[in-house]
Amino acid sequence: MFIVAMGTLELKQSLTGHRGRVWSVGWHPKGTNLASCGEDKTIIIWGLEGAKWVTKMILTEGHSRTIRELAWSPCGSYIASASFDATTAVWDKKSGQFECNATLEGHENEVKSVSWSTSGELLATCSRDKSVWVWEVNNKLASDDEYECAAVINAHTQDVKKVRWHPREEILASASYDNTVKIFKEDAADSDWSCVASMSSHASTVWSLSWDKTGDRIATCSDDKTVKIWREYKPGNDMGVATPNNESVWKCVCTLSGYHTRTIYDIDWCKTTGLLVTACGDDIIRIFKEDSDCDPHQASFTMVCSVDSAHAQDVNCVQWNPTIPGQLASASDDSTVKIWFYNE
Amino acid sequence: MNENLENINPKLYKKLDDREITVEEQDEDVADEFDAREVFDIIRNINDPEHPLTLEELNVVEQDLIEVDDKKNRVDVKFTPTIPHCSMATLIGLSIRVQLLRALPARFKVSVEISPGTHVSEAAVNKQLADKERVAAALENAMLLGVINQCLAPKN
Repeated sequence: MFIVAMGTLELKQSLTGHRGRVWSVGWHPKGTNLASCGEDKTIIIWGLEGAKWVTKMILTEGHSRTIRELAWSPCGSYIASASFDATTAVWDKKSGQFECNATLEGHENEVKSVSWSTSGELLATCSRDKSVWVWEVNNKLASDDEYECAAVINAHTQDVKKVRWHPREEILASASYDNTVKIFKEDAADSDWSCVASMSSHASTVWSLSWDKTGDRIATCSDDKTVKIWREYKPGNDMGVATPNNESVWKCVCTLSGYHTRTIYDIDWCKTTGLLVTACGDDIIRIFKEDSDCDPHQASFTMVCSVDSAHAQDVNCVQWNPTIPGQLASASDDSTVKIWFYNE
Repeated sequence: MNENLENINPKLYKKLDDREITVEEQDEDVADEFDAREVFDIIRNINDPEHPLTLEELNVVEQDLIEVDDKKNRVDVKFTPTIPHCSMATLIGLSIRVQLLRALPARFKVSVEISPGTHVSEAAVNKQLADKERVAAALENAMLLGVINQCLAPKN
């Protein structure tokens, strides 16, 4: 018999300031600031004053339509924002304040997601135009930053919802309306980016994905109301998983079904605690913990927390603080951003 | 009428009588839950994109194909395109969706789907209508929003 230790998710603060739907939140890499964006075409940067989170800065006029997602660079000096206006803006604070000094153009329509590689030298974007773009970042010089398109990858057959870099290597994962997740890598021989793995199992749109701390596993969430855990099997693996083309094969080792009642819009795998959190269209935030004694090739997770009406409407985004274990930020259609703390 | 209409002679259906307002509904102290008839009233007079007729007159929407669970904040609407190849199906669904988004309290989760078996691209249209990100992007398109607003504008 299992005894499940339930944790509690404590609401620390509800942040208001956005008008309309908030699509995304992102923690500064040091966990000291939070940025959020949405339908009102602004980015709000939040910071602590004493024990209270307050608005530190509001970035406007970078985009002419909804800002769908933002991402801090690993150094914390840049913010990239992806917009329905088909551009990605890069904001820097060389002048002391965050300013939009570069606009990356090329996608045919809405840009849905943006992600920095761990080195900060690559940026990835994806769009409803079905493509994934890899940009080389050249900001080593004191002069103006340059962003050069290194690859346009057309591996998906539909709208691409999310891109996320591997936590250590220059390997990219994307999730799509075509129900698949794909992995991209640069071929050392001809420096061409190509799709090296495709994961099919979800029965509808894959909205988001999150790598685990090591980069050996990926968690995905979908409109099919399930979460899936995928594991990488490298060529020559002990399990005897065949690896044609001498490339890693990704296998679904766990499906969490029956927990979510609507579309799951986001998932984040905490790099410090290993906890999984999901954002769902049923207004609920749920937290899952991996069972300590489970077989890694047939993983099992237990739901350790579920907060009904965490928001008054759909939860669009959840993200663990990268430095403070247990601290969580969420964004919702109800115009609010919330800060939470998870206690085991 | 122009000759490019897909369905030249659509079948017409009788309109429902106006809803009678009960004494209870007028009593401000009685909690008045949304029901299928009220939701039907919100969408029945949406104009068809090609014909000078309402969705009710074309039997695209029917009260019997609306499910409402006020306590669970759910509204599920099924609509029936006039012909199985109707290229306007997504636009009609989008119009219904927008009308309900504007008229119902934000707590409601609205689903708009094609009545099972009545359209060749049923699954694709349903998936698109259920994708709130794509719906949001579509509604930022001024031209498309203009067409939708035309469908939603009451006729005199």
